[in-house]
Amino acid sequence: MIAFISSQAGFLVLLSVFAVGAIGSLVFRNHDTWANVWSSFFALFGSLVGIIFSLLMLIQGREMSFSLFQTSFVFLQFSLRIDMLSAFFIFAISLVGFFCSLYGFGYVKHYYGKYSIGVLGFLYHILLGSLLLVVTTSNALFFLIAWETMSIASYFLVVYDRRDASNVKAGFLYLIMTYVGTAFIIAFFLMAYKYTGSFQFDVIKLHHALIPQMIQNAMFACALIGFGTKAGIIPFHIWLPAAHPAAPSHVSAMMSGVMIKTGIYMMIRLFLDVLAPVPLWWGEVVLVIGMVSSILGVLYALTEHDIKRLLAYHSIENIGIILLGIGSSITFYALDMKSLALLGLIAGLFHTINHALFKSLLFLGAGSVIDQMHTKNMEEYGGLIRYMPQTALFFLIGSMAISALPPFNGFFSEWLTFQSLFQGIATLSFSLQFIFVLAAGSLAFTGGLALTCFVKAFAGIFLARPRSKEVMHVKESVLSMRLAMGGLAFLSILFGLFAGFVTETIAFVGQRLDIFHNVKVFVSVSSMQTLQLTDGFALVSAPAIFSFLAIILFGVFLLVRFGINSTQKISFGDTWDCGTHLDTRMEITTTGFARSIILVFKNVLKPSIQQTVKYHDAKSRYIPKSRTVTMSVGNIYLTHFYQPLQKMIDEASLRSKTIQGGNINMYISYIFLALILSLFVVL
Amino acid sequence: MTFFLFLLQGLFVPVVSPLCVGVIKKIKARLQNRQGASIVQPYRDLWKLFHKDERVSRDASWIFFVAPFIVFTVTIFVGWNIPLFSLVSGLSLTSDALVIVYALALGTFFLALSGMDIGGAFGGFGSSREMTLSALAEGGFIFSLLTLALMAGTTDLFDIASHPLFHNGQYFIPVVLAFSGFFIVLLAETARFPFDNPATHLELTMIHEAMILEYSGKRLALMEWASANKLVVFFALGANIFFPIGLSSSVSMSALLIGIGALLLKLFVFCIVIALIESSMAKFRFFRLPDLLVASFILNAVAIGLVHSL
Repeated sequence: MIAFISSQAGFLVLLSVFAVGAIGSLVFRNHDTWANVWSSFFALFGSLVGIIFSLLMLIQGREMSFSLFQTSFVFLQFSLRIDMLSAFFIFAISLVGFFCSLYGFGYVKHYYGKYSIGVLGFLYHILLGSLLLVVTTSNALFFLIAWETMSIASYFLVVYDRRDASNVKAGFLYLIMTYVGTAFIIAFFLMAYKYTGSFQFDVIKLHHALIPQMIQNAMFACALIGFGTKAGIIPFHIWLPAAHPAAPSHVSAMMSGVMIKTGIYMMIRLFLDVLAPVPLWWGEVVLVIGMVSSILGVLYALTEHDIKRLLAYHSIENIGIILLGIGSSITFYALDMKSLALLGLIAGLFHTINHALFKSLLFLGAGSVIDQMHTKNMEEYGGLIRYMPQTALFFLIGSMAISALPPFNGFFSEWLTFQSLFQGIATLSFSLQFIFVLAAGSLAFTGGLALTCFVKAFAGIFLARPRSKEVMHVKESVLSMRLAMGGLAFLSILFGLFAGFVTETIAFVGQRLDIFHNVKVFVSVSSMQTLQLTDGFALVSAPAIFSFLAIILFGVFLLVRFGINSTQKISFGDTWDCGTHLDTRMEITTTGFARSIILVFKNVLKPSIQQTVKYHDAKSRYIPKSRTVTMSVGNIYLTHFYQPLQKMIDEASLRSKTIQGGNINMYISYIFLALILSLFVVL
Repeated sequence: MTFFLFLLQGLFVPVVSPLCVGVIKKIKARLQNRQGASIVQPYRDLWKLFHKDERVSRDASWIFFVAPFIVFTVTIFVGWNIPLFSLVSGLSLTSDALVIVYALALGTFFLALSGMDIGGAFGGFGSSREMTLSALAEGGFIFSLLTLALMAGTTDLFDIASHPLFHNGQYFIPVVLAFSGFFIVLLAETARFPFDNPATHLELTMIHEAMILEYSGKRLALMEWASANKLVVFFALGANIFFPIGLSSSVSMSALLIGIGALLLKLFVFCIVIALIESSMAKFRFFRLPDLLVASFILNAVAIGLVHSL
């Protein structure tokens, strides 16, 4: 059985499970419950097989390459290659897919009768299957097919709730951005084909030295824009905060948790495998993009009061942090410091899996809250911890993990990222050191700002008094949703506690890349899951931190509860508020909470404050009836980058329209001219 | 003996911290031509608070109940894992500089949440301000420790402290720069002038006191004590990381006594400096403070640049 799962046939079975799930969901599209049961069962089963498959691959260290079937086209080979890097991403996708599917089983019930559950199941299965294909293909054309399938499936999932006009608009933006991205990716592969004569990744890798440096640089720019758009780097991120909130929550979790990571996967594949070794400045550019994305991502998150948009911006931030790791890896590799390069890659991959876990957890938590509250506006929440205690606990764990608080998993991947940046500061020459100082600084500020943002998010949603009447009717979500969140929360803790084990596994994944073959890992793992840098610069132990904190907490609690004045009484009363009558207007809102930090960064964020005052008497301006203050942050990318771009394209199109005169003689002469020209070129 | 040292290390911060607060208050009182309360008054306050009944807001959730324990635990944890009077640590697994920084952030996280939990107007604004300041202080804090870590070649705080002072004068300027940066962070993180006024109650300008306004009895005692602990933790970091003189490198009784004596002396100097600052300058306007914190970051970045070029 085990031997079968970890074989080529096992992977094909894995894909066919999703295919059966997809087709079956369509068959049952007229019956909501059956469609849901069918689709959830096959999604869960498929994800489970995927987890087992990838774990077996990782444990056995087996790699395989094979073709799905032969075609008569020379260029298009349906060839797959599953190496350790692919297996790692299959693991991340299956793991998140498993919990999202579990969650989806309970979550989609509120779509019953409104939208077709069968279609949702179909698209969801297509998304899962295409995600697995994207990280395993080894032929560029086949890759593009998988990539497009993934993009289209996710587009239809974004516009699934199609009666909301804003979702359709978000989907449209996503579609445009994804095609712009794909255009650059196609350009990348065409350039590679021109000089290497193949669309096979391994052939490109073998002959990439034939590509002139200028063309390679152009390819780098294309790959960065193409895959960066999917990953959500700034300034190509604008689709992300629009599209992720629009999709159903378990799909948002999939999109934010793993789909955007396919961009990261391809960057690693191309820059550290296919095209490696790459020039130094590529690494520096990736580092700078990481800095900008991490800092700006978290700042934009702070300005949001739509819970899912806030989480979407945090994805941008975390992609930035991952790119800090990957960027340092590329930089070190270009400088021939292989051991440190491997450290950077480990940090990036560790953060990738961690982010997949806690971001999907947070999206699922947000989904539960939205499901009950029917609004994404955090200003209308408040006090939900009383009504949804378990969701609150899981969301709290997710918040702590994403804020990199020890001993949760986020801390250890950020610790590794910090260490790889510190190594750069300690060992590199002055100009390079400067970039690493800035990178470490941006990571430090990002950590602090993320903490602020999650105090805002958690307290805004779950703490204090309800800010709207809706809250009173809120109930805890159903079992399958709680199980999914609980599982992810548990894994977030587990990946923190066993950070050493995870690091070892990822180090193994990295070492199996060709460029890191026989490279010593810069971080060693000793007893107590202790992570230690080889040069003794730093060490950290998750179980030690956890147990030390737990013992002190337990001791303090026992001492205070029973040691001192054990007969103490606790009485309850109203919150004291200077003697005024306390109502929900006294509470701080999430906008108010973030206001001071937004004002600190007002030069970057460009916030605008609008006041609308209504008066009782139009003549007397002294007694206002109501007063509304709206604080908003403009979209500077739209106004300063995309709109001018659109204007330029519009004008260029208008100008070029003049050649299309409608006169048939003109068109014939165009053809004639083109013929003459092409003859000149060819002969 | 090592175990005794380990326990002593853990108990030192909570035992001494109220005394430091008392000393600062006494010096401030004397500077204002007042007699001032006795320096042991903070102990009496804690004792009294621990024996009072509690009154809790109806809106409070379990976060409000557990937060004081977590905040207090974190300060004990940090106090246990930084060099105080000895270079011998019982546990080198948790004394990494980043662990210390992020553990303190864990305390700040729950402190800010507890401020928001009761839904009063003050708590929320206190949390908002606290988070604004601590988010901006984090860069300076990490970088000031990093400067020293780069000089010593390790981020373990005990190892950093065991390195010779200023590395024979070679690193004098970077250390001074990094210490200036650290001192700004110290003032911000411990709720001191010019960032916050620890003596105020019920003013719209306050930060730390606003967050714990709704606490009473045991939990208020824990919060106040944790705040005092944090003060001593930062004093000890400043004293022992930047000026590592007088730390005992063995576990003999005499060496320990010298170590404790040296630390008490250094803490006293820090108390005097804090009291002088608080008596001689006014609190800054809130929106001027970020400039100060960014200055702290830049000072440290310059220090790192200097370390490397030397």
